[in-house]
Amino acid sequence: MRVMAQVAMVMNLDKCIGCHTCSVTCKQTWTNRDGVEYVWFNNVETKPGVGYPKRYEDQERWHGGWELDRRGRLRLRAGGRGKRLLSLFANPNLPDLDDYYEPATYDYDTLINAPAGPHVPVIRPKSAITGRDMAITWGANWEDDLGGAPEHAPADPNLAAMVEKVRMEFDKTFMFHLPRICEHCLNPACVAACPSGAMYKREEDGIVLVDQDRCRGWRMCVSSCPYKKVYVNHKTGKAEKCTFCFPRIEAGQPTVCAETCVGRLRYIGLILYDADAVLDAARVADPRDLLEAQRRVFLDPDDPEVAAAARADGISEDWIEAARRSPIYRLAMRYRVALPLHPEYRTLPMVWYIPPLSPVLDAVTGMGADADDPDNVFHAITDLRIPLEYLASLFSAGDTGVVAGVLMKLSAMRSYMRARTLDGSVASDLLESAGMTAQDMEEMYRLLAVAKYDERYVVPAAHREDAAALSAQVDGCSLDGDGGPGMSGFHPAGVTGRRGDGRVGLKLFVGRGGAA
Amino acid sequence: MSVALWVVVPYIALTVFVVGHVWRWRVDQFGWTTRTTQVLESRLLRLGSPLFHLGAFAAIGGHVLGLLVPKSLTEAVGVDEHLYHLVSVSAGTVAGLMVVAGLGLLLARRFTSPRVRRTTTRADRVLFTVLAAVILLGMTATVGKNLLGGGYDYRATIAVWFRGVLTFRPDPGLMADVPLIFQLHALSAWALAAIWPFTRLVHVWSAPIAYLWRPYVVYRRRTPLGVRR
Repeated sequence: MRVMAQVAMVMNLDKCIGCHTCSVTCKQTWTNRDGVEYVWFNNVETKPGVGYPKRYEDQERWHGGWELDRRGRLRLRAGGRGKRLLSLFANPNLPDLDDYYEPATYDYDTLINAPAGPHVPVIRPKSAITGRDMAITWGANWEDDLGGAPEHAPADPNLAAMVEKVRMEFDKTFMFHLPRICEHCLNPACVAACPSGAMYKREEDGIVLVDQDRCRGWRMCVSSCPYKKVYVNHKTGKAEKCTFCFPRIEAGQPTVCAETCVGRLRYIGLILYDADAVLDAARVADPRDLLEAQRRVFLDPDDPEVAAAARADGISEDWIEAARRSPIYRLAMRYRVALPLHPEYRTLPMVWYIPPLSPVLDAVTGMGADADDPDNVFHAITDLRIPLEYLASLFSAGDTGVVAGVLMKLSAMRSYMRARTLDGSVASDLLESAGMTAQDMEEMYRLLAVAKYDERYVVPAAHREDAAALSAQVDGCSLDGDGGPGMSGFHPAGVTGRRGDGRVGLKLFVGRGGAA
Repeated sequence: MSVALWVVVPYIALTVFVVGHVWRWRVDQFGWTTRTTQVLESRLLRLGSPLFHLGAFAAIGGHVLGLLVPKSLTEAVGVDEHLYHLVSVSAGTVAGLMVVAGLGLLLARRFTSPRVRRTTTRADRVLFTVLAAVILLGMTATVGKNLLGGGYDYRATIAVWFRGVLTFRPDPGLMADVPLIFQLHALSAWALAAIWPFTRLVHVWSAPIAYLWRPYVVYRRRTPLGVRR
């Protein structure tokens, strides 16, 4: 056993109202630069819908993630190492800009500079890539709240496996929002695909990053990530991705997307896991076993043996203590209501989701029944094939039993707490059906419904003894160059700009990029 | 004049090539990239880029064979002039056509796709001009002299002179009577060498061969022992 710690996230989808605050604050923090206009490290999709980039879940097309070869060994779905090196010259699996969208800005100056006249001046959209006039025909959240769904949403790959009559009725039936960031996988396909070895997983906290100084722009990470959460900066020619806001995490703070989440639906905490067990878990034969396999990789921080092993592997006492208080461990392992997104990609993702009960409740109400009656909801969960099949296609490799079990628990929690609050009764039959104790049920309720800041985010700061080395990197951030993710916009004039670390960023080699 | 062209020019170019690479490697890791534009345009790239790169590999291999391997060595292993000529001209023509077609497509893409055009830098413009000159002159030499013309045995002159330059015993006299087209091709190649370190061509040295035996998932400590500066 080799114990490692991972900073992980859980999102409670019932609470997401699709306000995109996470996306906007993330963009303002990380991708408000030339070259990444089209990039959203955090985006919020409406499901059912094709997503961003379009149909990214269709691995028949993009060949992202892992698969098992005939002998049961893990292999990147894009092919063996040799085959992928040969496709360096033209990557057949790389999305086009149009699969994301062409970013636009407006000629705002027209509003100010237009001559006086009888009409209000009109601004026109300009491509942020070419500066030319353009028609805006797609965007990162084009399908917001099922906008255009009758036309576009049938192309959602998750609907492909479902029966015909479901497809036609779905927009009357259910809808929910799915916020997505990088999954910071235990078995990251992007890292495995990087020919330069520029992508890496941090040993201390499992955050997956791109070394901007070592990335050579081979763009294999972009196509190999099944979630399409690595992007090309078309100005620097290098890959960029969600950083899990590592500077904030190191300071013991939650990510920007979590901090600013209006619905308070995000949870951040540690998971201790057995690094030696990762590959075996990722190569179980049946994709429906991947969820349990991944859960077996996670270690119980309350187990004295695990704590001892963690200490032996250099994990500090405060981190072990943080792991014990981790909301992620509770939601994924103790209450078992959080599920990974598309476990069948075999990357062992570490951003998990509590599937939404609201589509079921909506359906019950839509049928004219009382959604507050647990019997109605329980029947709906077992009888309604939509949206269970759909949720199962997202969160459990198609196993509706897993999703139904979680929804039952959430529904039981609602009814249990309702009875407790209204007349003080204890509905032990509900506890039994959910397989939980009264204490667990109330604690889960507190974590999900009350959701105090300190309970949602249990992030231990990076270590003081590392602080000297960390601050040595502060004046030496390799990302500060022109067009870099840490672009400071502070460069002396001339061909070269001296960066914080004493290296020189050469403006000579950087394209003009955006129109701004 | 002869010394200037066939001794001074090569050594200036080689010096810039070597010193330039050392300097750029130390100073500009962030700019050291292929500068990929495939997300911006992939239809023409899908055809043009493999053609260009595979053709270039073949052409480079041919040049190594023709310039670095002495004629005496190939003859010692039983390859006579006729056979050598046959192989080099046919393979060279095919490789050359691939490179020309590939570069043509890639350049067309630069001009016809506004997105790609916008990312084109000054360094790119200089590079594409010089690269096109080297390739077209080389093609003219191969097709014009060796395929359609009577053939020119560059291995008796240019190759010997080139090896002389590399071993610091340059003999400019060998180049005096070389046909003009070969002379121009050689000079343009030195120009390419001189601009090489300052362009995207540096990605050639980062060809990720080590990927073939690297473990799949890379772990790194946040604070490496002995912080890299």
